Amino acid sequence: MVNMQNNFSAAGADASGRSWLVLVAAVALLVALPVLAIFWLAFFPEENIWPHLLETVFFHYVSETLVLAAGVGFFTLVTGVGAAWLVTMCRFPGRGFFEWALLLPFAVPAYVIAYVYTDLLEYAGPVQGALRDWFGWQTARDYWFPEIRSMGGAIAMLSLVLYPYVYMLARAAFLEQCGSIRAASRALGCSPWQSFLRVSLPMARPAIAVGLSLVLMETLNDFGTVDFFAVRTLSVGIYDTWLSRGNLGGAAQIACSTLVFVVLLISLERLGRARQRHYVQSPARNEDTYRLRASGAWLACGFCLLLLVAGFGVPLLVLGSYALGNFASYWTDDFIGIAGNSFALSAGAAACTALLGLILAYGKRLFPTRAVRVLVSFARLGYAMPGAVMAIGVLIPLGAFDNTLDAFMRSQFGVSTGLLLSGTVFAILFAYTARFLAVSAGAAETSLEKVTPSMDRAARALGRNSWQTLWYVHLPLVRAGLLSGALVVFVDCMKELPATLLLRPFGFETLATYVYQFASDEMLERSALGALMIVLVGLLPVILLSRSMGRKGRAAGPELLRETEAPAL
Amino acid sequence: MIARVFCRLTTAAVALGVAMGSVAAEQVNIYSYRQPFLIEPVLDRFTEETGIETRVVYASKGLNERLQREGRNSPADLVLTSNTSNLVELVDKGLTQPVESEVLEENIPAQFRDREDHWFGLTTRARLIYASKDRVKPGEITRYEELADPKWKGRICTRSGKHPYNLSLFASMIAHHGEKETKKWLEGLKANLARKPQGNDRAQVKAISEGVCDLSLGNSYYFGKMITNKEEPEQVDWAKSVNLVFPNQEDRGTHMFISGAALTKYAPNRDNAVKLLEFLSGEQAQYLYAEKNFEFPVRPGTQRSDLINQYMGEFKEDDISLTEIGSHVPTASKLVDEVGFDF
Repeated sequence: MVNMQNNFSAAGADASGRSWLVLVAAVALLVALPVLAIFWLAFFPEENIWPHLLETVFFHYVSETLVLAAGVGFFTLVTGVGAAWLVTMCRFPGRGFFEWALLLPFAVPAYVIAYVYTDLLEYAGPVQGALRDWFGWQTARDYWFPEIRSMGGAIAMLSLVLYPYVYMLARAAFLEQCGSIRAASRALGCSPWQSFLRVSLPMARPAIAVGLSLVLMETLNDFGTVDFFAVRTLSVGIYDTWLSRGNLGGAAQIACSTLVFVVLLISLERLGRARQRHYVQSPARNEDTYRLRASGAWLACGFCLLLLVAGFGVPLLVLGSYALGNFASYWTDDFIGIAGNSFALSAGAAACTALLGLILAYGKRLFPTRAVRVLVSFARLGYAMPGAVMAIGVLIPLGAFDNTLDAFMRSQFGVSTGLLLSGTVFAILFAYTARFLAVSAGAAETSLEKVTPSMDRAARALGRNSWQTLWYVHLPLVRAGLLSGALVVFVDCMKELPATLLLRPFGFETLATYVYQFASDEMLERSALGALMIVLVGLLPVILLSRSMGRKGRAAGPELLRETEAPAL
Repeated sequence: MIARVFCRLTTAAVALGVAMGSVAAEQVNIYSYRQPFLIEPVLDRFTEETGIETRVVYASKGLNERLQREGRNSPADLVLTSNTSNLVELVDKGLTQPVESEVLEENIPAQFRDREDHWFGLTTRARLIYASKDRVKPGEITRYEELADPKWKGRICTRSGKHPYNLSLFASMIAHHGEKETKKWLEGLKANLARKPQGNDRAQVKAISEGVCDLSLGNSYYFGKMITNKEEPEQVDWAKSVNLVFPNQEDRGTHMFISGAALTKYAPNRDNAVKLLEFLSGEQAQYLYAEKNFEFPVRPGTQRSDLINQYMGEFKEDDISLTEIGSHVPTASKLVDEVGFDF
């Protein structure tokens, strides 16, 4: 593959090329609107929060955020990369099953797994109850048991459902690595471990960094889980400044400074590998794999099983037992409609993000200028924003649009158009798209990068313009990559809560809002069926995703969501 | 193929949204900070009696901003809240309009509504001290002020100091004792905590039943929700492990706050919304609304539910103005940070 930084300015300089530039700018600005609105809000705080914050709790917020991010980052790295290495490079019992099953925890929302484990592991839960019966302890003061509602608990819960990001990307990277390089390293005297640490891992680093950045952004924007576990991160600070101090502008300032933190983190990582370039020749073949011997094989199997059971099996069992226990009273006609809402919205958002992501990625390919890159990067920042803040960012431009149009129509034609977009399903779709574009745009970009530029030139030489080239040449080639990005967005949307809650029309429920209304009142059993449905519906795309992952040897396999550049910036 | 299916679904969803946004004949649109299952029974009764449909958007935060951004075209007629500060903020931002109604004036005592009738309390709740039956003798604690007494060191549980319910109590302490005294009290209370503030009010009672602590702060209605809980019977045991203490009976009375409602400035269904407000303040709705959530009716002379009578009886309420308390909430939030209450 060739570095294509400079190859397309000529290709883009015709009329259809210029229309792309306009389109890309329009799409990027549109999607960036909510984030821009938050930046705008940050200029109008009710009062200056910083002297008070810096004097009191700011460093608590920052240190808890850092500890949480470091913990989740560490565990998702170790488990995600470790599991990816095992299923790609080693042979052990159940490997073929784990290969796709390890993605399943991705379908479980973090707030749901938090509720489930709290229910199991707290004092009144079955685990401690059994221990007390067994040892004859009377009260909590008689023994020590790790507190689930703690920093450690939050790290464990988030890691369990977020590691699939790292796993998915690391695995795709390992699959693409050229087997002969590893063979060479072994021939030069590296042990399997050394070969892994010194050759495979550095080569997979860009993909792993992308997975990790997605994990960290999810960690930063999480509110439900950390709040439930009494971990006070910056997002708690944002909500507190907004809600109990009545200072939305101040809250926007904290949110923006969180974004600065994300930008720094990702730039640092890039700086670290600025001089590295990896080009893919031929994917690994199965014959390169290590056959693990007895103890190693069972250890590998046990490790994968642990991840799968803890991240997916346990929540599924607990929710299933609650839901089945009262199935008749919970399964109402409304419920099917609610599940349908979730499905339709998530599918719609997945389609939107795939389309817009493709437009942005193709535009960047045609015009790889600094301005376009910055614009496209900005459109992806929404991923690191807490959901409710993002929702406010959506309210502002939609409200402004509706009311401006309405005022204009009133004054010119005496007709009121009212609210066309605010308070409709469109607002939710817009929020999802703005929030999750980072995922699908990244997927589109990396798929496109693997298409050699000579294809573009050939198509153009044969008289196709840039639209036709995209339609006839690129689209068929990047379809698998786009689809996998869209599937990840679909699952993310199924789980999305805060923006849905605030932006929805009257009487409109999704599975997530349905679960929340009961779970927030600690009625876990009433909410179980909804939570179970989120997991099960989210499962469909995960299975699709894993099936396409399993199709090795075909182009579709490694196509999967591999990115050579961090997606956000 | 898949893209085509997605497109069709999207179109369907948008069409659905537009259809749902259209204006029906007789309706009231409600933005509610209160959970749907709490208000539905009363709203259903309203529809039964008047034929006016109600439509609700429930969210735990941000509805004020939504109303503000939707501006004059907002479909919302009423905002239902579970605390005063949201109501005060709505009025401050100019998003409400006053309601002149003899019915409301008659049904809702002056201390539970806005001076200029921009908002109305619908139910009241008391912030109580829950005390372990086994480890705290009746009469051992009788005032909020005593929570800072070192004898309770390591024996008190509470939810986050930043929660509106705690902020409201702390704001009332500021109103009665001033900022400096309150900060000292908060430091004492913080020093007495058995664990980092976490969970909701119910989780604290559970902690008492588990022996983690002996006292907790909690709203009155949680007791009712626990003692009658059929779906999760273990909650009955939690409730049975505590006595309810109505603090400050010998002086100013127990801290009260309200759930309430305000009429939006541009309410498109103004008359129907006022009808609903009046209905909510009426005897039948007051009884239902309060009974469903184990709250106290604001309307004097409304029959209280048997459960309230059995466990709570009559008590002295702190009748300080809710507007004044609301004005101290930001200061209370500042103090919570200063004493590092949540860390």
